[in-house]
Formats: sequence, C-alpha cells, structure tokens
Amino acid sequence: MITIGERINGMFTDVKNAIKNKDAKVVQELAKRQTDAGATYLDVNVGTAAADQLNTMKWLVEVIQEAVKTPIALDSQKLEVIKAGLEVIKNDVMINSAQGDPETLDIYMELAKKHNAALICLTMNKDGVPQNVDTRVEIAVTIVEKATEYRMDMDKIFIDPILLGVNVDQKQPAYMLEVFNQIKLLSDPPPHITVGLSNFSQGTKEKSLLNRTFLTMAITAGLDTALMDVLDKDLMDAAICSEMVMNKQIYSDSFLKAARK
Amino acid sequence: MQIASIEEKWAGAVKEVTIGATKESGGTRESVVTVGGARCIPFMDFDGDQGNRPVIAMDVYDLPPENLPEPLLKHYKDVMNDPASWAKKCAEEYGADLICLKLDGIHPDKGNRSSNDAIKTVKSILEAVSIPLIIWGCENDERDNEVMPKVSQAAAGEKCLLGVATQENYKTITAVCLADGHNLITQAPVDINIGKQVNILVTDLGFPLDRIVMFQTTGALGYGIEYCYSIHERGRVAALSGDGQMSTPVICDVGHEAWRAKEAKATDEEAPQWGSFAERGIMWETITATTLLQSGVDIIRMYHPKAVSIVKDHIDQLAMKV
Repeated sequence: MITIGERINGMFTDVKNAIKNKDAKVVQELAKRQTDAGATYLDVNVGTAAADQLNTMKWLVEVIQEAVKTPIALDSQKLEVIKAGLEVIKNDVMINSAQGDPETLDIYMELAKKHNAALICLTMNKDGVPQNVDTRVEIAVTIVEKATEYRMDMDKIFIDPILLGVNVDQKQPAYMLEVFNQIKLLSDPPPHITVGLSNFSQGTKEKSLLNRTFLTMAITAGLDTALMDVLDKDLMDAAICSEMVMNKQIYSDSFLKAARK
Repeated sequence: MQIASIEEKWAGAVKEVTIGATKESGGTRESVVTVGGARCIPFMDFDGDQGNRPVIAMDVYDLPPENLPEPLLKHYKDVMNDPASWAKKCAEEYGADLICLKLDGIHPDKGNRSSNDAIKTVKSILEAVSIPLIIWGCENDERDNEVMPKVSQAAAGEKCLLGVATQENYKTITAVCLADGHNLITQAPVDINIGKQVNILVTDLGFPLDRIVMFQTTGALGYGIEYCYSIHERGRVAALSGDGQMSTPVICDVGHEAWRAKEAKATDEEAPQWGSFAERGIMWETITATTLLQSGVDIIRMYHPKAVSIVKDHIDQLAMKV
C-alpha cells in the first residue's frame, strides 16, 4: 500500500522543539527512520506553534530533502503554506489537502496539475464534515468529476472520507467501510482511498491494536493508502498481510520479509 | 458513438536481463540477448511497451541423447557426438538466439562425466559460436554443486545464464554466479509461491534481481500445459502489478517436453490415424511454444529447426515486426 509517514508534524513535541531551535538533525532522523520503515511519502506539517508558517514549511522541506529522496506530502489547511513548500520541492510531491467544494477543487486541481503533484481531497465542504455515507459519497463524486474535468490521472487523486475517532461516534467506522466500497465504483481506474489512520484511536488506551484492526478491515473494503505511523512495525506488517490476503501480493514463505524491503 | 477504451494501465514492469558479454564488456560474444522489459501482458502493445521480443534457445547436449525420434535425428545425427558442431549448426543454420547446453552427462546415472569434460565442452561451444550461452546442470544436487562452480569459473566474464537454483539447493550456484558475473535461473515445481520464495532466497544472498530468470518447469500440450500457463500468467500479472520479486523474465523448456509426448514420438506404423510422423512432433512442439508465448515467457528452449522457424515467424507477426 501507499503509506504516508505522519511523524514530521509540529503537533509532536520533538518536531515542535526542532522547529523552534532550527534543529535539522531531529527532522532528518525522522525522515530517515520513516523512509527505512517503508514510507512512500513523508507528511510535513508545520503545526500551529510556528510563527512564520511559510518559511518553516520551506525549511522543513529543504532539510528533509538533504537527508532523503522520499516524496513529501505538504500538509496544511492554508494554500500559501502549500505553495511555499512547492517552491522548494525537488522530488515527487503530494498536496495534503483540498476540501470538496467545487471552487476550492478548481484551485487545488490547477495547482496539482501545474506541479504534477498527487492531491488528497477531503470529503468535506463548507457545511463541515458529513456524518453519514451518502454525503461523503456525493462529495467524492464531485471530486472525481473535477479530476476528470482537469484530466487528472486518477492515480494522482487520493480521496479521504475523514476518519473520526472510534470513541467519538461508534457508528462511523462501519459507515467508512461502506464509503470505501462505493468510492471504488466511481471511476475505472478508481481514485486512491486514504485516511488519517491515527485519528481512529486518538484518546483511547489501545492505539496500536485499534489502528491495525481498522486498517485490516479498511484494506478489505478498498482502502489502499493511509497517513499513518509507519514506525509501528505491527501496523506495517498487518498492512502487508492484509494485502497478501486480498491477493494483491503472491504468498511465499518469506512474503513479509520481501514486502518490507 | 465513442467506444470506451479498454486499455489496462500497469504499475510494474518485467525487469530486463542481458545474457552474453561482448569483448568490450569482458566476454567474447559478438552479440548479446536482452530479454524482459514488458509493461503489458503479452502482445497487448496498446496497453504499454511489449519490451524485448521473446527469444529461442536451442538445446545442445554434452552427450548424445538416447532414443531421439527420427524427425529430430534427421537433423542432428551428424553432430550429436560433437556439442560444438551441434551448437554451430543451431546458431548458423537454424537461427537460434541462444544455445542452451544441457550438461546431462555429469549425472551419475547418465555418464558421470568429470568437471574437466564439462569445462572442455563449454569452452568448445564458446569457441564454435558467437551467440550467448545458457548452461544447465544435470539436476543432481551433489554433482551440480561439484561441477557447476568449475564450469562457471571457466566461463567467467561471458555473462552466461546458469541453472538451476531451487528452494532446496540454491547457495552454491548463486554464489558462483555472483562471483563470475553470470545470470541465474531460479526453478520451482509449477508452484508460484515457491517460485517467489526462491527469488527471495537468492536475492537475500545479495544476488541482483535483474540477473534472474524464473523457470516454473514446463508441461507440454496434453501434459499439463494448462497448469504451466496459469502459473506464468499469474506471475506476469503479479510482475506488472508491482510485485518486485515476481518481476523477472521467464524461461520454459518446450523442446524436451514436447518430444517426450507419445503424440510426437509415435511412428506412422504405431499410430497411422494420427497423421504424418514427420510433421506431428514439429506441430506438437510449435503449439506448445505458441501457447506458452501468450502466457508470458521470454526464453523458449526448443529442439526442431522447423518448429523454431515457425515460432520465430509467429513471434514476428504477433509483435507486428513483419
């Protein structure tokens, strides 16, 4: 699966301090460790503490690119912060993320097209985060329509139906699985389906187990990428096993080892 | 009315493997053969790049095979006792892309020939022909582990394709291929899981994936070809879907298997109702090869010159090279 390593985020204390002290080593170490663990993309989020978010984004991208060649996912709700990151990007890039209003999608699709970037699109709009299946799928349809209009390669479109905490509303996980199943049918080839996996277990006592249980169920329903803790080895192994069970990889006695490479 | 596109887009590709080395690259071959590179299922060129054209390796034995049917004897009886002349005939008269030297003579039950004999044969063929060489052991682990390292060393720098590595016996041949710069055949018994496992085992020893050719053993027409076809097809789809350990080119053994079939061997007297003995075996070998071509194979080992010529022509037509 396509994994997006979540650790370079100003919400984590170590990264927050590294940003404050301009300590490149901490960030580079996280970039290397996540790359070694198999991250396809490295998410980069300046968090809320940085005073100058634009320059902080540039600095983070530059120090990461000094250490690894892994593609970066520029993560911000602010368009200017994304654009600041794009100015210094050298390798493949992902934009994380656009909301699902048509006028917002116009701006982000244009930008993604210009930079040949992958684009995460959230199934939320100015009315907020939908709490049911139908509205999520409706917004997903808008996203797929816009992508077709902009002649985006579906391989570059990542739809995120917004995973909430299991302790927030226990009806939601089952809704999500239904949403995944429906998004898969929206186009051929279908867009990627992604979630912010760690949201699922936030505030619970069994984070790792809950994350890998949901990930396994989600892969069965069509999820093929996630923003997640790639340093959680059990979680990564669960993803490999699930994909093998779904016949996306051929079994061999050393399949885990082969897939970890 | 606009017709919907049925193009398939594949994420992966079959790796390219180059067999043979010219003088500039440390060998003595005048030409090399590159196989693999496909980005689509066989001959579906509208889906993606077909990669390199499948090639024909013609079999040569280090000792005369017993009970060769008359349609084959007709072509080989004058050279059967001299592998170098046999190879030369295949290369120069019959259009072989590669020579596959089968060292059956080192098998304890078939002649138990010495390492020196094997080396002499290999060297004589390298001198006689300028095309690349496949060197295939006798599949007795003990003898292969004894003889193949010496053969490998004698052909060092020629970038031959050596076989075979199996799940039970892979360390010696992998190590010598690595040391002497050869390519390696990994073998599994019509079992896709073991096929992948052998590739993992040899790459774990540091052997590069782009020097491996996979062999799933072959069943001829009427003798298990459908199992073999399914395995090749599934392996190719896995390779194109991005399963790295399955992304190696594939070799199959058509000549030997097709000519073992009673339909190929039975004489006109034994089977008058089956059509001409002179043509039956050729057709059996041809149909086995053309069928497997569709399943995703890159190197086909063959026997009969007429079958070779028909299959090469067929490949040209499918690849739209004519």
